[in-house]
Amino acid sequence: MLLDVLIVDDSAAIRKILQRVLRQAEVPLGQIYEAGDGLEALKALDTLRVDMVLADINMPNMDGLQLLERIKSSDKWKHLPVVMVTTEGGESKVMSAAKLGAVGYVRKPFSAEQFRQTFESVFT
Amino acid sequence: MKTLDHGRVTDSIRSATRDVFSLMMGLEIQAEAPYEEANSTGNVDGVVALIGLAGQWTGGGILQCDAGLARKFYSSLLATECPADSDGVTEEVLDAVAEIANMIIGNVKNEIERDLGPIGMGIPSVVYGRNFTTRNAGSNWIVSPFSCDGGRMLVKFCLTQPASGGGSAELLGREFPRTKHAAPA
Repeated sequence: MLLDVLIVDDSAAIRKILQRVLRQAEVPLGQIYEAGDGLEALKALDTLRVDMVLADINMPNMDGLQLLERIKSSDKWKHLPVVMVTTEGGESKVMSAAKLGAVGYVRKPFSAEQFRQTFESVFT
Repeated sequence: MKTLDHGRVTDSIRSATRDVFSLMMGLEIQAEAPYEEANSTGNVDGVVALIGLAGQWTGGGILQCDAGLARKFYSSLLATECPADSDGVTEEVLDAVAEIANMIIGNVKNEIERDLGPIGMGIPSVVYGRNFTTRNAGSNWIVSPFSCDGGRMLVKFCLTQPASGGGSAELLGREFPRTKHAAPA
């Protein structure tokens, strides 16, 4: 099964790096979609079918925790796995993400191995 | 009262910078002797990425380098050739430098907030130009220089704790009585 992934980050550089790292991690990837913030991500989710969302926390317009909250409070998307990919490592942010329903938390800088393990834990 | 340990800040900057450069960019860096400088960066030619920090402690972080090194960072981070137009400091190059600053300063913040409590971090701003100065209203910068691929990069960090009670409220409290007493009886 190939996995379609939505990457949400306000940095185009990080969106490109994440695509490269996911391929290096040998994750069975299908389509990769991109959004620049939480609002763009919600618009994309309205029209796309994805298997996982990778979201930054600090973003303009709608941050990653707000996006996570919207996804988990929606009947349509509440089962969609969301992994936070962020520089934010403070205990309060990690706890907030876990309480809101994130299935993983990857800190920047990251390695391909971290994503391989995260995908394995979510999809096996 | 909690205080900012400058040695811990320098160690955190070195550790975070090494992690970002080795894990994400495959570049070697050499740390040079740290120093402090006044709250203005002086005249700068090149790229400066700034990130504000806020909360009970306020301040910010800076990553500063010349245009050539910024292009090198872009190529290494994205594993691609740098665009060759004009002097090559495109929006993509600035975005890459901003993200590197975000990762370094963010990880320094994560370390420091273990001692000082939660600190909020803003979204990076990045400036490219010649002969410009940046300035913050707080304390001196703690500066960690690094050499990398024949160039020099500076990572700067400052954090200060505003006076308890808040500066503006205190000012107002002093100003009102003085105005009252100034009027003749």
